[in-house]
Amino acid sequence: MAMLKDITLGQYFPGNTPLHRMDPRMKILLTIAYIVVLFVADGLVSYLAIIAFLCTAIAISHIKPKMILRGMKTLIFIIALTGILNMFYTKGEGKPLLSFWNVAIYKEGIVTAVFMIVRIILLISGTFMLTYTTSPLQLTDGIESLLKPLEKIHVPAHELAMMMSIALRFIPTLIEEADKIMSAQKARGADFESGGLLRRAKALIPLLVPLFISAFRRADELAVAMECRCYHGGEGRTRMRSLKFGTVDLWALLTVAALAAAVILLKVFPLEVFGI
Amino acid sequence: MAVIRAENLTYVYGAGTPFERKALDGVSFEIERGEFVGLIGHTGSGKSTLIQHLNGLLRPTEGRVFVDDRDIWEDEKSIREVRFKVGLVFQYPEYQLFEETVEKDIAFGPKNMGLSDEEIAERVREAARFVGIDEESLSKSPFELSGGQKRRVAIAGVIAMRPEVLILDEPTAGLDPRGRREILGRIDDYHRESGAAVIIVTHSMEEAARYASRIIVLDDNGINCTGTPAEVFARADELERIGLDVPMVTKVFRELKRLGVAVDPAVYTVEDGVRELLRVKGGNVRGNA
Repeated sequence: MAMLKDITLGQYFPGNTPLHRMDPRMKILLTIAYIVVLFVADGLVSYLAIIAFLCTAIAISHIKPKMILRGMKTLIFIIALTGILNMFYTKGEGKPLLSFWNVAIYKEGIVTAVFMIVRIILLISGTFMLTYTTSPLQLTDGIESLLKPLEKIHVPAHELAMMMSIALRFIPTLIEEADKIMSAQKARGADFESGGLLRRAKALIPLLVPLFISAFRRADELAVAMECRCYHGGEGRTRMRSLKFGTVDLWALLTVAALAAAVILLKVFPLEVFGI
Repeated sequence: MAVIRAENLTYVYGAGTPFERKALDGVSFEIERGEFVGLIGHTGSGKSTLIQHLNGLLRPTEGRVFVDDRDIWEDEKSIREVRFKVGLVFQYPEYQLFEETVEKDIAFGPKNMGLSDEEIAERVREAARFVGIDEESLSKSPFELSGGQKRRVAIAGVIAMRPEVLILDEPTAGLDPRGRREILGRIDDYHRESGAAVIIVTHSMEEAARYASRIIVLDDNGINCTGTPAEVFARADELERIGLDVPMVTKVFRELKRLGVAVDPAVYTVEDGVRELLRVKGGNVRGNA
C-alpha cells in the first residue's frame, strides 16, 4: 500500500516562485528545448553548463532536491540498465581496461556510460521541474493552447487536453480506490504478497475487477455531470484565467536561448577539459 | 472474557512527511465475547482507522491489539488468521464484489481459509440465509443484483468466515429506510444466533440506541466516553458539543419535559417512548388519542 502512495510522477507542489508563475506554454516549450539541448550537448563543459542551469532552476523554484531524488527512485532500474549497456557495448581504440570471456570494458565505454546516466538524470529532473511547478490544470491548458493550430488539420486539441486533465485528476482517486479494495479483500483473507508470479497475478483479480468496474462507473457519472453543466466541447469556451506571456517568460526564454547557443557553439568548437 | 483488547493505540498517518497527522491517540478498550457495540463519532474522529487496527490491516504506531489474548503482531505471518477471526465489512462493501456468481464471491473468504469444498458450500448457504439471499440468486452474477442485495452479498462474504467478531463500517450508508431496517435486523439476528460479538460504526444515533448494548464515543482521535445507550445519551449536551446528537425520540421527550409534561426524558427508542407515554397516560392511550 505504501508503494502506491509514493508515486510522485506528475505531482504538483504549489508555490509562488517565478517558475510557478511562468506561462505553462512557455514552460512546456522550454522543457522541449531543454531536452533537445541535452541531446545535442557534447563534452564536459556543455554538461556543466546544463547542470548549472538546472540547479539554478531548482533553487528558484524552492523545490526540495530531496523531492526530485524521490521521484527518481522509481526509475533507478532504467538508469542503471542504460549505464551498464553503454559501458559494455562501446568499443574504444586503446587497450581494454578490463576483459573477460568475450566482454571488454574500454575507457570510452565508461565515459559514455557516465554521460548517458548524467543525461538521463538531467532529462528526468528537467521534466520533473515542469510537473512539480505547474498544476495539472495549467499544464493541460498549455497543451491545449499549443495544439490549437493543429485543429486546422483536424487534431482534436481540446478533447485531447480534456482527456489528459481528466486522466491526471483521477490518478489519485483511483489509487485511493485501489487501496480501499485491497484492504477489503485482505479483510477476507486475500494474500497479495506471497507466492510465485502466477499466483500473485491471479491474486490481483479480486482487486482489478472491482477497480475497473468502479472506473467505468466514475466515468459514467462524470459524463452525466459534465452534460448537466452543459459541456459541449471547447468551442466558444472562455477561461477564467487566460494565458499570458510576461516578463518572467521572456527572461526564461533568453536564458534557455543562451544555454542552447552555448551548447551548439561548444559542439562546433569543442573545448576539451581532461581529454573529454 | 474479552475477545478483543486494545491497549493505548496510537496511529500516525504519513509519519515523517509534511502530511503527518495523528489519527488515533492512546485508545484503550475491550470488546467482550457476544457483545453488540455501537461505535459513534463525527467524521474524521478516527472510527475507520480504529476498526482497521482490530483485524491487523493497519499496524499501530504505538500500542497493542490482543485478539483472544494474543498480541496480533507477535507473529506477522499469522496476521491472516486474525482476519478470519475478526471479520471486517468496509463501507460500501458492494464495490468489492468481483466473482462471476454470488456463490463464488461469498466463498472467497472461506476459500482463503483453506476449507474443504463441502465446508465452503455449507458456509456459503448459511451466510446467504443469514443475510436473506435466496438459493436462486446464488448462481446469479453479483452485478445483476440491486444495490441493497449487493451489499447483503458482501456482508455474507464476511459472515461466511464465521468470525468471532463482526465489524461493520456504516453498513446502512446510502440505503433507504427499509433497506436499513432489513440489514440491521439481519445483523441483529446473526448476532443472537451465532453468539459472535458485533461492532457497528454508525452515524445514526437511532441505530446505535436500538441495537447496541454498549456505545463507544470517539472524539478527537480518542475515546470520549463509553457505556450503555442510556448512560451515553444522558450526556446530550456533551454529545452535541462534539458534533454528535441524541436519538430524535430522546429530543422529543426532553422537549416534552421542558414544556412541563411529567415524562422521563431517558427514552432512547420509539418503543421505549410508547411505553413511557403509556405509563404517563395511565395505560389509556387509545381513549385519549
